[in-house]
Amino acid sequence: MTEEQIARYSRHIILKEVGGKGQQKLFDGKVLIIGAGGLGAPIALYLAAAGVGTIGIADADDVDLSNLQRQVIHFTPDVGKPKVESAREKMQAINPDVKVNTYRQWVTADNIAEIIASYDFVIDGTDNFAAKFLINDACVLAGKPYSHGGILAFDGQTMTVKPGESACYRCIFPEPPPGDAIPTCSQAGVIGVLPGVLGTIQATEAIKFLLGKGELLTSRLLTYSALRMKFREIPIKKRSSCPVCGEHPTITELRDEVDAMTVCDLEH
Amino acid sequence: MKVTINGKDTTLAVNPARTIDSLLEELDVNQRLYVTVELNGEVLDRAEHETTPVKAGDSIEFLYFMGGGR
Repeated sequence: MTEEQIARYSRHIILKEVGGKGQQKLFDGKVLIIGAGGLGAPIALYLAAAGVGTIGIADADDVDLSNLQRQVIHFTPDVGKPKVESAREKMQAINPDVKVNTYRQWVTADNIAEIIASYDFVIDGTDNFAAKFLINDACVLAGKPYSHGGILAFDGQTMTVKPGESACYRCIFPEPPPGDAIPTCSQAGVIGVLPGVLGTIQATEAIKFLLGKGELLTSRLLTYSALRMKFREIPIKKRSSCPVCGEHPTITELRDEVDAMTVCDLEH
Repeated sequence: MKVTINGKDTTLAVNPARTIDSLLEELDVNQRLYVTVELNGEVLDRAEHETTPVKAGDSIEFLYFMGGGR
């Protein structure tokens, strides 16, 4: 480490759980963030600041004025710019040590396996069930640990999945709800600070995973109510009947959950 | 009878015919058709909702879909 890096990461290095060795693990770590929006914004900023060496960020969208109320990585002059470009600029401005790989595309059954392959940990920051189920299936089938995150209005949930060891998203929700059954995007609304809370927890999980320290949020669904200012933790068992990680899986190859796509997804 | 719903002690009128499915309707649970129900630590299959009785002392969690993120 250079003098400058020792200064930059000094508050990490003095932690006995991190130290110089742990900081090196973060440098060597590769984390993929899918979605450069509400959840992705704090995740990308904190992982870059922490010195996670390689960060991938995937999103096909451009920055819209309506994003700025919560997607704190994008600034007013970025409106109209690809989100992954806007995000990369801020991440490298915070920390030029970090390599940022951008994927200006939506993840699909055809491309996701290749995109996640070179990463150690994946973070779901997407805004639709088709993507959330696809990320779960791809990570389970590839044995790739990942963090699920979901938000709605004033509520959020997150769980970390270690395939083969802990419950996966389909252990809780075997199938996605039909398209448009549950509000997911612009029609439901979201309080701007909410993804900051959930995304920061997801980033924490990625950092703990890379460090190999502490206990991950596995087989526990953490729920957060901003209105009641309450966190709850619900133990979730890995299900033997889970369609993707159970004993007799029915999902053995990736497919897009077309029925879960909503009007909003199709507008993308 | 007393049950725990989403971590809260709750008193329900005695009704031997009550099932998980009828409880969802009785409480007008959000996302009623899609919510996942965990009973005493075990996630129920949706098909079990109609056949699973609610008993005194049960701990019931409603796990909701949250699809937002961007």
